[in-house]
Amino acid sequence: MTHSIRVTVNGQEHARAVEPRQTLADFLREDLDLTGTHVGCEHGVCGACTVLLDDEPVRACLMLAVQADGHRITTIEGVAPADGGLHPIQEAFWARHGLQCGYCTPGIVMSTCAFLRERPQPSREEIREMLAGHLCRCTGYHFIVEAIEAAARALAPPPPRRP
Amino acid sequence: MKPAPFEYAAPRSLDEAVGALAGGGGDAKVLAGGQSLIPMLALRLARPTLLVDINRLPGLDGIREASGMLEIGALVRQRALERWAVSRSPLFAEVLRHVAHPPIRNRGTVVGNVVHADPASELPAVLLCLEGVVVARGPRGERMIPADRFYRAPLTTALGPDELATAVRFTLPPAGAGWGFAEVSRRHGDFALVGAVAVLARDGNGTLGPARLAFFGAGGTPVRATAAEQALTGQAPTPERIREAARAAAAGLSPDGDIHATAAYRRRVAATLAERTLTAALGRCGGPR
Repeated sequence: MTHSIRVTVNGQEHARAVEPRQTLADFLREDLDLTGTHVGCEHGVCGACTVLLDDEPVRACLMLAVQADGHRITTIEGVAPADGGLHPIQEAFWARHGLQCGYCTPGIVMSTCAFLRERPQPSREEIREMLAGHLCRCTGYHFIVEAIEAAARALAPPPPRRP
Repeated sequence: MKPAPFEYAAPRSLDEAVGALAGGGGDAKVLAGGQSLIPMLALRLARPTLLVDINRLPGLDGIREASGMLEIGALVRQRALERWAVSRSPLFAEVLRHVAHPPIRNRGTVVGNVVHADPASELPAVLLCLEGVVVARGPRGERMIPADRFYRAPLTTALGPDELATAVRFTLPPAGAGWGFAEVSRRHGDFALVGAVAVLARDGNGTLGPARLAFFGAGGTPVRATAAEQALTGQAPTPERIREAARAAAAGLSPDGDIHATAAYRRRVAATLAERTLTAALGRCGGPR
């Protein structure tokens, strides 16, 4: 039996019928063709499928699509500005080599969006604690930490001008 | 789709939810945060015929502190309690920081974690240490299940298949008490290999009031170190006595050995963590709790 849901994904409203056992990750990828949300472990460990649910990061593989009814979701496709440029966080990952194969990157970028909103000037320790929820098997994490530090600087409001 | 097929109900009232659970014939599961249940569905370790999603039930998202008790409703996310605790309870703020990762805590509920009964999880041991209760609603009404009678085996509790845990209540450490919390895990946010939580208070005479110590990751359920607690209560808290109590507490454990750590390693770490948490609790007596 299917259930009707309405979700707003990256600002666009979608109405669909879903089977209750379909995860939000599979719904985004297969029903909405938003394949930027990657699935790795599919049981909540790797963090690749992290998306924002009402602005808070969640694992899209640990939520059923039917539970997203009435909620607002942001995926990696909704992060960059509409003019085709990169978001400052994406820009920082690109500039600092914060990715190699890129499989884990969408999830990390989504977590970073929420993390920097809450902690605009994080310490390295805080960045590493946040990154513990994301597995990356290429980079060794050092460049990811540097990318997040660079993103924090880029997103910081400009210092007040001296008279 | 990885989970086996199931029916899905999203009741709008507590009675409706309890009715749906009872109608599931023992094969229904409650879906709250889903951070433990959905992995089990994906791995097909669980194959319920019906999921009763309680996320739309009213009145279950409250955090209430009154007369020394902290009551957490079934829909309070771990992240919500963490944010609440930042300015009000350093003990809970520290514990919650160790429960998985922010994206998991944003969905996972405190009550779900407590009733999932993973023996390596932090909150069940905290519930045991703080002499908490689980509030359960079933077809025959409401009952309170004390933590020391709640945990029976890994992932197995006194909660009936037709009962819904609507809240948990922690007894907050009394004024003047101190707390300690420590765990060892492979990476931050993983389930602990071993962990301990302690609450101590000094009485007026330079001796200890009631002492409380509980372990997680050290057996099939969270374990309270009653013998060690009794050895400390009423005594002068010397470093030697604390070390001796910690050693005795660890010697009384029956941890399992697995791919991550041997039983002997867990027992040894448990002794160290018990000593650290008891010492930390002593040092924090009179401070914020």
